This record gives sequence, structure tokens and C-alpha cells, in this order.
Amino acid sequence: MSTRQFGARVQRNEDDRLIRGKGRFVDDLPLPGAAHGAFVRSTVARARITHLDVSAALAVPGVLRVYTHADIGPLDQPMPLLIPHPCITHPRTQYPLARDEVFYVGQAIAFVVAEDRYIAEDAAALVEVGYEPLPVEVDYEKAAEPGAPLVHADVPGNIAARLAQRSGDPDAAFAAAEHITKIKVRVERSTAAPMECLATAARWDEVSGELTVWDGTQAPIGLRGALASLFDLDEHKVRVIAPDVGGGFGPKVHFPYANEVLVPWAARDLCRPVKWIEDRAENFVHMTHERGQTHEIELAATKDGIVLGLRDRFLHDTGAFIPYGIAVAQVAACQIAGPYRIPNIDVEFACVYTPTVPVTPYRGCGRPQANFALERAMDRLADELGIDRFEIRRRNFIRPDEFPYTRPNLIFADGLPVTYDSGEYERALDTLIEALDLPAFAKQQEEAWKQGRYLGLGLSFYVEGTGLGPYEGGHIRIHPITGKVYVNTGLTTQGQGHETVFAQIVADQLGCSPENVIVVEGDTGAYDWGVATFASRAAVVSGSAIHNTAVKVRRQVIEAAANMLEANPDDIELADGRAYVVGSPAHSVTLAEIATASNPLRYAFNKAAQSATQFAPAARSDGPPLAPGSHPGIEAVDYYSPPHATWAYGVHGAIVEVDPTTFGITVHRYVCVHDCGNMINPTIVEGQVAGGVAQGMGGAFYEKLDYDEDGSLRNAGFMDFLIPYATEIPDIEILHQETPSPLNPLGIKGVGEAGTIPVAQVIASAIDDALRPLNLPPLWSVPLSPSLLYAHVTAGGAR
Amino acid sequence: MTETTAATEATEYGPDDLVEIEVEVNGTVVREKVPPRLLLSDFLRHRLRLTGTHVGCEHGVCGACTVHIDGEPARSCLTFAAQAHGHRVETVESLAAEDGTLHPVQRAFKECHALQCGFCTPGFLMSVAALIRDRDDLRTASDEEIREQIAGNICRCTGYLNIVAAVRRAAELAGETTHETTPDERG
Repeated sequence: MSTRQFGARVQRNEDDRLIRGKGRFVDDLPLPGAAHGAFVRSTVARARITHLDVSAALAVPGVLRVYTHADIGPLDQPMPLLIPHPCITHPRTQYPLARDEVFYVGQAIAFVVAEDRYIAEDAAALVEVGYEPLPVEVDYEKAAEPGAPLVHADVPGNIAARLAQRSGDPDAAFAAAEHITKIKVRVERSTAAPMECLATAARWDEVSGELTVWDGTQAPIGLRGALASLFDLDEHKVRVIAPDVGGGFGPKVHFPYANEVLVPWAARDLCRPVKWIEDRAENFVHMTHERGQTHEIELAATKDGIVLGLRDRFLHDTGAFIPYGIAVAQVAACQIAGPYRIPNIDVEFACVYTPTVPVTPYRGCGRPQANFALERAMDRLADELGIDRFEIRRRNFIRPDEFPYTRPNLIFADGLPVTYDSGEYERALDTLIEALDLPAFAKQQEEAWKQGRYLGLGLSFYVEGTGLGPYEGGHIRIHPITGKVYVNTGLTTQGQGHETVFAQIVADQLGCSPENVIVVEGDTGAYDWGVATFASRAAVVSGSAIHNTAVKVRRQVIEAAANMLEANPDDIELADGRAYVVGSPAHSVTLAEIATASNPLRYAFNKAAQSATQFAPAARSDGPPLAPGSHPGIEAVDYYSPPHATWAYGVHGAIVEVDPTTFGITVHRYVCVHDCGNMINPTIVEGQVAGGVAQGMGGAFYEKLDYDEDGSLRNAGFMDFLIPYATEIPDIEILHQETPSPLNPLGIKGVGEAGTIPVAQVIASAIDDALRPLNLPPLWSVPLSPSLLYAHVTAGGAR
Repeated sequence: MTETTAATEATEYGPDDLVEIEVEVNGTVVREKVPPRLLLSDFLRHRLRLTGTHVGCEHGVCGACTVHIDGEPARSCLTFAAQAHGHRVETVESLAAEDGTLHPVQRAFKECHALQCGFCTPGFLMSVAALIRDRDDLRTASDEEIREQIAGNICRCTGYLNIVAAVRRAAELAGETTHETTPDERG
């Protein structure tokens, strides 16, 4: 018997090529004769373009084309608003190349294509752009005030969208409250900074009229649709391939970026391959950002700390455009009540235009901000009421017997009311308490304070709506020659290990090794039904679709094997890549033989084909070789469409120490208790959690995109925008809890974003706790750099 | 690198001039004419098609482009190809044996799930390969010590936890310990 692969710590199928230097990232692909592109980007945040002269650039030997908006025909139109919503009263999206004005530093103005990248960059520097600067307000809170300079002249108040949602009767809850806690918190703007920047290569085939695009995207099927539309091609004449992609974390689900349309445009125009590889400095001012939000949150509670109602008003910085709609703000709004019952909610947000890089989801997608707001408020409420921070959370948790738990009228990104499917929140909290050994910590803290050391404990409980629909598909075929099982799904991987976890799911159904299951994703030429990778949805939605398909394939294999072995299907077992009659494993057929025999036409190419002929036919039919309604080979397709999101959750805790001289912060322990339902591969889950925590640490301590008052990004590089090295990340202890989701056949929930969500609050909560002897006001913003902490302590009069 | 070579010393080059260089790359001597400003990373990747070396930041911070020059880890994005004239360069493609057997550091990264997207991985592998060659105390070194040693490379996916474990595991494998340790054992 084969051991069950689901739940096992299987090593990854994708690693072999990556550790040998045989990865196939866009810029690694051989593309002989490729020309290279470089963009001319705005150096001014908001300006009218008074002058644009490309003649010097065109004169550089080796330059093939310099495109401005006037040279790109049908592409010279606003890029799509991907996710419209009725509340977006003033939608604005950008043109691939700026027309007569620019809206942020980094906006593309011209695209130079040359024989090589060095020449293209030389020439780009020679494009003359004249600017007539316009007034700007970079800070979204000030941009939303009356009289602020407008980003778009015809968008009053810089407000793109405003949405109010009410669940229950919040006014009554606030009227009945015995205590109201109100705070204002702010989370700064950051960037995902995947190690591979954006990258696009394209080839136009004049003979077949086909456009092939290799792109570092999370959404190849979506991009194919956009290109077919813009280029007026049938979708089957456009093939988009996301090969190996060096990290995504959200911004690569947005499309089309200027490069994604201009590189194919140039390839068709020049009739030769063209590529463009973003450099890091460019990535900072081009690839979309996220995180800037300010929440004013109120909790209406009883004296016992039961939260009756929540009111939240928040501003969301959407940058200069709103191509991805209100997704980030909407997700934040829907997660604002966290794991707590809170039956009455009043949440309203406004999306504010600022003359900065546009904002689309980055790992967490509004959840880190919502978590910071809610959990800071819960800490505050606990302090004000004199209730322990753990206890007040315990009193408000949704209990296991209350699931499914719906928040009526709070509409999530899938268009459905928020409905939590399952969870054991209190058990997770108890696990954390035990792991941190609270009584022992209390003693250590007392001791530390006596010695003038500042030791503190912080925590944060989060929920995460994962596995959003509408659907994904799975396609499986067993190859007759090799017996290997090929699997396709429409979404893509950027390091999450899909080639392994999906193989595990299939291996369990077909009784083969995961190594013999080959998962091919991200190529619209191989499979093109599906959505994309975002919202921690791949394992849930594609995993379930692939499972459903594998169940069908299993039936086909058993049916064929039963015929071949002249046995009853109920007596067939699958293991070790073979089918055999139960009790007599020697009497068996291999998957290759079964696949071969299942095709009425077979040549004796190899052993499997020769031996297949020695068995009875795979299909019993008195009629034609292929019975009506059947199909050749072992192959199936199926889909999975979730009824609504599955809700993963967890609680993180940390013990930190603040150095009273340098304000450096040492994380002594960082513990994650998380629940993503049944785990396909715990090793990969741990990798996702740990990576998420590291990105959360970046946001908690270091990562802030620092725009100056004129709208220039001051820290557009890894020298100045600090992202954590190994020395900045503590050991991370990960404890699993598995509460199956009732919504899908495998009981799984998503985990991709989980680790990132609670970290800022954990750290802020721990520092507040450490500094209690100083009687300071709580921390209301992140990142918490030593200099910010110094200012906080100084302003609090404690130094 | 502090050395300069006769080919580049005290010579002014225009952007269209070519410099003839001779570099030993992964054991093979390569003679090429290159523009003086051609980066070593581009030379390796696009001229020699050794695309395992990745470029993550182009300003010497992230370490993805780390190769060995005369055996020592170096940033190929901060080195001109011309500077490599007369020197020996090894890239990630040189780690595995000719028969395909993985280098201990490659094995360790796979066993410990020390990579996710794999883009930064070649740089880490080259840094750690030099590290385990030069130090024999890593099996027992503290996590903090190991973290210091790998703090020249950025990984955005893993949170470094498993990379730290992989360094220790690579040291074990390189030491040819007969005692087998489970892959996810962390010191």
C-alpha cells in the first residue's frame, strides 16, 4: 500500500532545477535576436508635459524604436478598471504611456527599444521631457481635506470611491454601550519587493499570426484576455506563459502593466523578439504598492469587555489610479471584526487619490491594516477596563458551535456576506498561552523592570478570508509512453510549491509517487480555464479542482485495469504506479500500460505498449473501438467553485526587549499558532508562515516608502528601503492546529498571506507592554523604527 | 577585487570599444571581446548563457548575483566582465558534479525547504558553499552566528528559518557525517 501523501512532508518537485541554476525565469529564457526595451519615466509627480523630444534618442546607433503615446495606435487608451464596483464614483486608470500630463514619479512616458539593454538605457536618458509642475499633496490624509491639490482635475476631493457597510444595528449598540474605546491608527505604505522584478518578453510569429508572451505574472489567463482585446486577436492566437516567477506577493496579479502591452506591441511592430527586464530602482516607482491606511476605530463594550459594536472610518491611499478597484479597502473592511462575535458593525472607507505609484493588493491585502486597527483597539479596551489582554479576547471569540457565523450585509470580495466556516479560536489562544508560559513570563518581566530592562509580551489574533472563487479547474492526463501523470490548472506559482502539493493530492488518488506527477501551470497554451493566484486561494480552489479531477481519473484507471485484468473494479487497488487485484499484487498493470491500452490506436513504441497488448482490452465494447460517449486515453477535467471564502486564522505572540539607550528591539521569542484547515504539506505551510512573518517584520520595523513633499520617492533602492536580512528575523516557532473547512472536499484553507497579517500589532503590543513603567501612550503606527520609538518616548516625557 | 589587469589599467575606452578578456569560467577558459562597461553578471548570463546567476538589485545589496571569483564570493552585478580578465569565476552551474550529483549545499537546501521561488537561491548557494568550505564549526555554531554569515543575501520568501537550517545541514553533509539527521531538525 502507498502511504498517504496528503499531510506528508514531501520534498519539493520544483527544487531540482532551481538549485542547479536551471530555473527558467523570464530573463533566463533563450530568445535569440531579442531587442531590449527601456522606459523613460516621469521624474515629476504631477505636471503637464510641455515638451517631448525623442530625436536624440532615435539618433543613437542601435536604437530601433522610441514609442510615445502617439505611436501606439489602439494601445493609447486608459487601461482597464479590472474590478469595477458601483461605489467607485470616479474611476481613473492610466494610459500605457503618459499623454499630456503625468501623475506620479515613475509613470512611463516613452518606451525605447534597442539592440541591447545598455543602448536602450543610454537612449532613454536622451529623451527630452519638459514639465510644468503642478501642486501636489502626497499624504492621503491631507489630500482628502478640502482645498488640497487635486490629482485628477475632475475628481473633487481626490475621492475615488466611498463605501459604507452596516451589519446589525451599530447605533443601538453604541447607545447601549457602557464603555467606548476610540483610537486612530496608521499603517505606512510599503512594497512587496519580490526578488525578481517585473519582466516581459514577447515574440510575434508572422506566419501563424500568433503572439507569445513570457511574463512574470500571477494572472496569465487574465493578461491573455487583455492582450487579445487590445491587439484585436482571437484568444487562441495569444499565448501567455508565466514561467518560473521570482516571488509575487500580490502586485504581479495586477495587469496590464505598461510593459505587458508595449513589449508585445514592439515585438509585432519589429517582427522580432523583444524583452524588457525591470531593474530594482524602477521596480520601486513602477510596480504597485500597498498598505497606506488610517483607521479611526471605536469599540462599544460592556464593563465586562463584551464588544457590542464596532465603528471604523478609514482612509485608503490608492495612489494616482485605481486599476484594481476597491479590493484592498474592501478586504480590510470585511476583516475588521476579526475573530470576535461583535454583532453590530459600521464600517466606512474612502479611497483617496495621491500623486504616487498606484496601489493594488500586497500580501495581506488590507488585512494587516484591519488587524492592526482592531487588535490595537482590543488592547486599549482591555487596558481601559482593567481586563487582561488574553481574557478580553477570550470573552469575545466566536465559539466553535456558532459556525457557520455570518455577518449580514458585510459583503466580501466574492460578493457574498462574510461567513466564517469553522474555527477553534479559544484553543488556539490557549496553545499560545501555554507556549509562551505566561506565569513564567510575568516573573521575568517583573525582574527585568526592576533591573531597568524593558521586557514585554505582545499578541495578535487574526482571521483571513481565503480561497475566494469564482472557480479553478484541474486537467489530468496520464501519458501512455512514460506513465507520468500530467496536471494542469489555470493559476500560477511564484514559489508556493504548487508542483509538489498538487502532485501530492493526485498521487493519493492514483497510487503513484508525487515525483511522477508533473504539474504544469501558468501557460495558456497548456490550459486556459481559471482565474489567478491571489487571496491565498491556490491550495483551496485549484487543490480542490485537481482533487475532483483526480477522483474521476482514478475511476477511469480502475475501470480500465479491471477490464485488463479481468477482475471486478471493486477488487482493484492502486499503489506504486500500478493497478492490481487485491491480494495478488503480482498480477498488475502499470499506469503506462493502462494509459496505452485506453487508446484504441496504439503503436508498439515501447515496452508498455507491447505489454499492454497482452492484457484484455481496457474498454469493453461490442461496437466501435471507441464506444459512444467515451474518450481515448486516461484523461479528465473538473472544476471547483467554492460556495464562499474559507476562514483561516491564528494567533501570534512575541516576547521582545527594548534597549532604553539605542531603542533597538530584540525579539526573544516569536510564536505562531495557526490553523489553515487540513495541511497538504506541513513543511510548505511552515515555509509560507515563516516567510509571511518575515514580511510582516519588515512592515513592523523597517519598510516605509518615504515620499518627499514633492512626490519623489527618497528610498527607491535596497540601500535605503530596508528589508530584513537573516540577522533581522528571529527564530519563528510554528504550532499547527487543524480545523477542517467544511466547504471543500479536502478540508483545506489558505495560508499564503497568513503570516504577514498580525505581525505589526504583535510588535506594537509587545513594546507597549515592555514600556509600561514609563506610562506612555500606546503606539498607533508602524513601522516602529528605533528613531520613531525614541521620538515616542521623548514626546511622552519619559526621557 | 582590488587587482586590476593590464587589459583595463590606465586605458580609456569609449562605449563602442571592445576589450579582449580571458576568463576561466567553471573550469573552461573563455576568450571574448566585450564592451568595457559590460557587467560580469550580463557576461555570464547573456554571453555565456549561464543563466543560473540571477540579478536582483543591480546595486550590490541583495546578493542574488553572487559568484566566486578566484574562489571568493563576489557580486557579479558590481563587477565588470573586463575586471574578471585573468581570473577564475565559478557560478551555481559548477556546484553539482559532472555526473549530476548534487553539492552538499544543494542537497541541504532541498532537504530543508530552504527555497521557495528560487530566484535568490543561486546567490545563497554560492555564499554558503564558500562558507562551509572555509569553516568547519558550523554544525555547532549558534543560529545567530549562522545568520551573521549569511547576512549578505536577501531572501524575500522563506523568512530565512530554513536557510539557517540548511547551512547547518550542508555543513553536516560536507563533513560526511555518517549520523543521519532529519531534514527539518533545527538546532
